[in-house]
Amino acid sequence: MSAANLQLDNNNKLRHFLSIEGLSREHLIRILDTAESFLNLSDRSVKKVPALRGKAVANLFFENSTRTRTTFELAAKRLSADVLNLNISTSATAKGESLLDTLRNLEAMHVDMFVIRHADSGAAHFFARHARPGVSIINAGDGQHAHPTQAMLDMFTIRQHKGDFPPLKVAIIGDILHSRVARSQILALNTLGVSEVRVVGPKTLLPMNTRESLGVHVFNDIEEGIAGVDVIIMLRLQKERMTGALLPSEHEFFQRYGLTESRLRLASPDAIVMHPGPINRGVEMETVVADGNQSVILHQVSYGIAIRMAILSMTMQPRGETS
Amino acid sequence: MNRICIANGRLFDPASGLDMTGDLCIADEKIVAIGIAPEDFDADIIIDAGDKLVIPGLIDLNARLREPGLEHKGTIVTESTAAASGGITTVICPPDTTPVIDTPADAELIRRRAKQSAHARVLSMGALTMGLNGEQLTEMSSLQVSGCIAVSNARKPLLNNLVYRRAMEYAATWDLPIFVVPNDHALANRGCAHEGRVSNRLGLPGIPVSAETVAVATTLELAQETGARIHFQTLSSARSISMIRDAQQQGVRVTADVAAHQLHLTEMDIDGFDGNCHVLPPLRTLQDRDSLRQALADGTISAICSCHEPHEPDAKLAPFPATEPGISALESLLPLTLRLVDEKVISLARAIELLTSGPAAIAGLPYSKLSPGCEADICILDPEANWEFKAAELVSSGHNTPFDRWFFKGKVSHTLFAGRLTYSPRETA
Repeated sequence: MSAANLQLDNNNKLRHFLSIEGLSREHLIRILDTAESFLNLSDRSVKKVPALRGKAVANLFFENSTRTRTTFELAAKRLSADVLNLNISTSATAKGESLLDTLRNLEAMHVDMFVIRHADSGAAHFFARHARPGVSIINAGDGQHAHPTQAMLDMFTIRQHKGDFPPLKVAIIGDILHSRVARSQILALNTLGVSEVRVVGPKTLLPMNTRESLGVHVFNDIEEGIAGVDVIIMLRLQKERMTGALLPSEHEFFQRYGLTESRLRLASPDAIVMHPGPINRGVEMETVVADGNQSVILHQVSYGIAIRMAILSMTMQPRGETS
Repeated sequence: MNRICIANGRLFDPASGLDMTGDLCIADEKIVAIGIAPEDFDADIIIDAGDKLVIPGLIDLNARLREPGLEHKGTIVTESTAAASGGITTVICPPDTTPVIDTPADAELIRRRAKQSAHARVLSMGALTMGLNGEQLTEMSSLQVSGCIAVSNARKPLLNNLVYRRAMEYAATWDLPIFVVPNDHALANRGCAHEGRVSNRLGLPGIPVSAETVAVATTLELAQETGARIHFQTLSSARSISMIRDAQQQGVRVTADVAAHQLHLTEMDIDGFDGNCHVLPPLRTLQDRDSLRQALADGTISAICSCHEPHEPDAKLAPFPATEPGISALESLLPLTLRLVDEKVISLARAIELLTSGPAAIAGLPYSKLSPGCEADICILDPEANWEFKAAELVSSGHNTPFDRWFFKGKVSHTLFAGRLTYSPRETA
């Protein structure tokens, strides 16, 4: 079954949130609008709404994460859900329990929703295919495949700062090949109809036939790649990529692909700079750019809570579907 | 003594030039007459083969029966029973069992076990290197004497090309074929899907075509230099085919086979993360599939194998990259091959050659011939039967197949292995 069929119910509503692939522009706009309605909640003295009262949400993180797990936890708590955090890498699977056993055991504890991060591409699909009816799966990152809530918070950030999508040119810079964030961003940007999506990086960090596979314009030169763009998204460069034959050194990466003040001037004057975090200062970008007035990096983090509240509340199955 | 008469069938063995309607008589494990039964032939069993096709039993060049070592996935008994129900009478197993088949004693163990219990002739390849470690050559000549039909390092890498060259030279000394699964392990880099559009979209680590072609090129160069007899197994790419075709035209002694699933599935089939389509080598593009099909017709490929890899259900109950590769494929080998006839890719005669005389020649086996004096390895099939393939009903211990609910035309009705009925849905075996 394709991702699209798996994550939508018969009424075309979300029942899982696994990937941007298969979702329509209307789905994405509805998520952004819902997030917007949650945005001012954090300014209130009581930061809670009762949308998920009585529901149990389990954060199942098979890979380490601080930011994503924390914002999911806050989002679920602000929706009044009970939240369970499971650091799986040190518990059950280390004892040889299969993924499916982990799922079944938590289902038996009447968990309604699972937020899953796993190192294997397709892990969230696997859980969704085997979950009981009425149980929802949210993909918080699977291998190199997708990180759709990150992509949606990035879309939200873009809309807050740049307004409508169609006129925008967006450049994504860095390690596209290994990035689930980039894959989801590209799908979301193309679904929302921006005028141009560009990816920029050395050939070792771009998939083969990037243009045909992913539907983007490809640049190997950052200065050509960011010329005139409205949005610059820098990707995190994993330290372990430096040890193999993918890149010679951090130094050379920064020389060729680092976002500096002078390079930023090549973009549109009111371009925004984004990064999913955590930043390697001096590798992906200069500190003056990361902390400069075109940077919206910290906004991304706070919007992350609103987006995840929107997705959790839209995906939760109505009561009474299962015993 | 079992005396069997297969009566009134279409006796079809393209390699022997046989295509006639008549009787086939079996006594003492051998075929004794073809055409008209001798007057004094008193059959114990008569099989009515009217409207049926009587062909040589199939030879499968590549089937993992999982014994010894992985008996929870399958045993010689369960998997040879599955082979019989698929019309197969000879299976050849790669040496990557536990223990590895790297000494005459290991080969003898399998031979004995098969003799006691098997529903098909079970032959094995010997390991090319000790423990498949890629470094130390096995006693190939002794392995050959104890019945190994070839040597192979299965899916394990060799230390370097010097070992490869020495192995070829030594195997060539005994005219022992080397079965090669071409794969450059460094280039494959723990990938699990064809590096291309679908894997890029799904974020699955890719295996580039060059992982296969670099290994094919290296092998061809060394084969030309050493005169070793090389058989390429389970090819997946158009580029490999064209390199092998060129080498064959230049007189290099190389043959090739393909797994039946590679002739029907492509990278598109892994969409949705279907673990049943996780195979090695990976499913590639439509163009690759079409080149493999073309190579059947023009003779570059001379055998279709099952690449049978049965699994317990848990092996596939995981996210795609974590699933174990392989298909339980003995029972889909003949149906998938006959489908190529329906799709006008190859003739019926060619299809039968690719499953009988083709693999027999590669493995140097005297079996699978419809002629008097030969072992009575026979498959009888109803060529017009339409049926639905069901994973749950597979005879194999492994029910892992992407072909569940496919419809096929042509179904095995009886299999005889050395004159013994090993499969018959109605009569008792």
